[in-house]
Amino acid sequence: MGGRFGVLSTNQCHPVISMTEVFARRPRVGLFVTCLVDLMRPSVGFAAVRLLEAAGCEVVVPEGQTCCGQPAYNGGDAENARKIAMLTMRAFDGFDYVVAPSGSCAAMLKVHYPRLLADDKQHASAARAFAERVHELCAFLIDVCGLEQVPGSFAGRVTYHDGCSGLRELKVREQPRRLLAIVPGLELCEMSDTDACCGFGGLFAMKFPAISNAMVTKKCANAASAKPDLLLSGEMGCLLNVAGKLSRQGAEIECRHIAEVLAGEMTAPAIACSNDGQRR
Amino acid sequence: MTARAQFDADIDAALADAPLQRALADVPAGFVAGRRRAREELPEFEPLRRVGRDIRDHALAHLDLYLEAFEGNATKAGSRVHWAASGDDACRIVLDICRAAGARTITKSKSMVSEEIELRERLQDAEFDVVETDLGEYLVQIRNEKPSHIIAPAIHMRAEDVANVFRRQHGHLAADRQLDTPEKMIAEARGILRDKFLAADVGITGANFLVAETGSAIIVTNEGNADLTMSLPKVHVILTSIDKVVPTFNDAWPLLRLLARSATGQAFTAYTTIVTGPRQPTDPDGPEQCHIVLLDNGRTELLASEMRSVLRCIRCGACMNHCPVYCSIGGHAYNSVYPGPIGAALSPALAGAGQAAHLAEASTFCGRCEQVCPVEIPLVSVMRQWRSLALEQPRSRRARLMLHAWARLAQHPRIYRWCAGIAARSLKWLAGSGARIRRLPFLHAWTDYRDLAAPQGGTFQQQWAQRDRKRAQRDRADVSAARARKSDSAP
Ligand code: SF4
Repeated sequence: MGGRFGVLSTNQCHPVISMTEVFARRPRVGLFVTCLVDLMRPSVGFAAVRLLEAAGCEVVVPEGQTCCGQPAYNGGDAENARKIAMLTMRAFDGFDYVVAPSGSCAAMLKVHYPRLLADDKQHASAARAFAERVHELCAFLIDVCGLEQVPGSFAGRVTYHDGCSGLRELKVREQPRRLLAIVPGLELCEMSDTDACCGFGGLFAMKFPAISNAMVTKKCANAASAKPDLLLSGEMGCLLNVAGKLSRQGAEIECRHIAEVLAGEMTAPAIACSNDGQRR
Repeated sequence: MTARAQFDADIDAALADAPLQRALADVPAGFVAGRRRAREELPEFEPLRRVGRDIRDHALAHLDLYLEAFEGNATKAGSRVHWAASGDDACRIVLDICRAAGARTITKSKSMVSEEIELRERLQDAEFDVVETDLGEYLVQIRNEKPSHIIAPAIHMRAEDVANVFRRQHGHLAADRQLDTPEKMIAEARGILRDKFLAADVGITGANFLVAETGSAIIVTNEGNADLTMSLPKVHVILTSIDKVVPTFNDAWPLLRLLARSATGQAFTAYTTIVTGPRQPTDPDGPEQCHIVLLDNGRTELLASEMRSVLRCIRCGACMNHCPVYCSIGGHAYNSVYPGPIGAALSPALAGAGQAAHLAEASTFCGRCEQVCPVEIPLVSVMRQWRSLALEQPRSRRARLMLHAWARLAQHPRIYRWCAGIAARSLKWLAGSGARIRRLPFLHAWTDYRDLAAPQGGTFQQQWAQRDRKRAQRDRADVSAARARKSDSAP
C-alpha cells in the first residue's frame, strides 16, 4: 500500500495544488490525534490536517480512537496495553495510512504494537501490517509524500527539540529539519544536545519531579543559548514541559508544535502564552 | 524508610549537592565526547557492536559448556576454581584463602563483583589490612564511601576533596606539603600504595573476561595497579562472575575494543593482562597460587528469564555516562552497587526485585543508553519488564487499580472523549483568563517546578465533530438550494 502513493509522490508531488488533480484517488489518512493534542492543543490537530491535505491526502479522524496505550505499556501493564492496541487497530482499519503528530505515539503504534502482539497468533501479522502504515507526521510528509512546499512561513530564528522516541525508535531526525528548511523566512539554529531528553517521560515528570526539573532546566539553558525566537518540537509532551519551564523562568522564547509553523496555523497563541504573546 | 522514600531523599540531597553537580557537569565533555571521538575513528564501530552482542549471546546460550571448559583448562593451568552461589559463599571462600595463606595485608584492584558482595568490608571485619589499589577506589575507601560509577568510582569527587582526604589520611607526611596539582596527588598515592604492594600477602583482582579455551582471565586497567596486585603477593585471587566467560581469545578481542572505546574513548586500555594460572617453573616471578572465584548471585535465574540480555553487559559504563538521570543525580543516590540504566536492569535480579524495583521507575525511557550500549542490551525493554514485575507485587495495588481504571476508560472511546472534554474544560476554567496555571494542588509535582499551559478549550475531537456537523449542514443546504433552483427552473 505504501508503494502506490510513495512511488508517485517523491517526484510528482506539488502539494500546495490539490493532489486530487494529480491522482485518481487521494490516499486516505487516518489522523491519530494523540491525547495531549486532543486535550491541550487542538490547533495542532488542525495544523496536521491542513498539512496532510496540502500533501494531497484525504484526512479522516476516526471516532473509535482514544490513547495509544503508552501509560499502560510503560507502566508495566502489557495486558491492558494490548487491549488498547487492538482497539486502535480496529479504529484505523481500512486506511491507507495512519499518521500521528507525535513521535512517541507513532512509535507506540509502529514499534510496540507488533511487539505486544508478537505472541498472539491471531493478531501478530495484523499488527505488523498495521505498523507498516503508521507514520510520524514529519516523517510521513517527507518520506511518503515528498512534500516540497509548505503553507506556512515564519520570519525568525527557530530551534528544534528532538523528542526521544521519535528520534531513537523511529529515527525521525532529518525530516523535521528538511521541512523547516523549506519554510520561507525561517532560520534554524540548533541548540547543543538537541537529542538530550527534556525530562518529560510521561509519568516520570510526576513521579520524579525534582530530576525532571533538573533535566528540563538544562534543556531550557541549551535552548536559550541558541537564541531562538521560537522553540519547536514534534512532541506535545516535551513542549508542555519545556514551555512550562520557560514560562516559569519568565523566558522570552515561545514554544509551538512544528505542525503549526509548517501549516501556517499560528493564530492560536504559543503554548503557555496569551493572545498578546505575553505570559500571564 | 522504604527503598523508594530513601531514594527520594537521596535524589533531593544529590540535586542540592553543588560540588557533585559540578563534577557531573564534566561527564559530557569527558566520557561522552571521548566515546564519540573513539566511535568516529572506527568506521566499523556500529557493526562491531552487533558482533559484540552476538559473541555475548552465544557465550550465554552455552554458558554451562563454556564454564565447564573454563574450569577444566584453568585447572590444567594450575589455577583452583571455586564456585560461589551467593555473595556470602564468595566472601567465605576468599576469607578462607586469605586465612590459609596466613595473610595480613591484602591488596585489591577494582572489581565491581567485590563491591556487589561487599568483600572489602568483610575482610576488614576479619581484621585483615585491605587496601584498594585503583586510585578512585582508594579514595572511595579512605572516605568510607561507595563507588559512584562502575569505571570511575570517585567521579563524584573534585580535586579539593582528594587533597583534603589525603591530608587527613596521610597524617605521617609533612603537613605543609603541596597538593595543588593532580600530579602531586598521584605521586603521593603512588608512594603510599607502593609500600602496600610490597607488603601484600594476597592480591585480589576482578576479571573483565574469562577465556574458556585456555582457562585464562583478562584483566584491564589504566593504572597498571592490577598487575602489581596480582604479581607481587604469593597468592592471587581472581573474583569474578559466571557471566564473564567467552569461548576463545578471538571472541575477547572485539569485546576489548568495544569496552575501551565505550568506556573512556580509548582505542585500548593502557594495561591489558592475560593471566593463565600461577607462576610456572620457567617464569621468573609471579604468585604461587591462583584462585578463581566464580560468583552466581542471581545470574543463573536471570539467564533463565526473559531478561537474559542483561548478562551481555561488559561493564563499560557508557549507559550511565549518557543517562540524563544519572548525570542529574550521580551514582550514590541510586543506592545500588550498579547505578544508572545497567543498575536498573541488573540490580533487581541480584538484590531481589523488592529491593531495587524503584530503580526501573527512575527513567524517562529516552533510550540513549541502549543507543550507546556496546552489546546492544535493550535496556528500556528490560526496565519495562521490571516495572511490570513490580506492578504485580501486592504493594503496587494502588498503582495497579489506577492503571486498570484508566485503561478501562481508554477502551471506551465515547466515554473517553466525554471525559477528555470535561478535563479540558475544567483545566481551562482553572486557568481563568490566563494562559497558564501556576499552582494546582493535585498536579503539584508538575506545578512545583513549572507552569502548566492552559488548554485551548474544547478538545480536538469536539471541535472536529463540530466542523464536520457544520460541513454537513452546509452540504445539505447546498443540496436543497440546488434542488430549489432545479424545481424553479423546471418547466
Ligand atoms: S549495559 Fe551496556 S552500556 Fe551499560 S555498562 Fe553494560 S555494556 Fe556498558
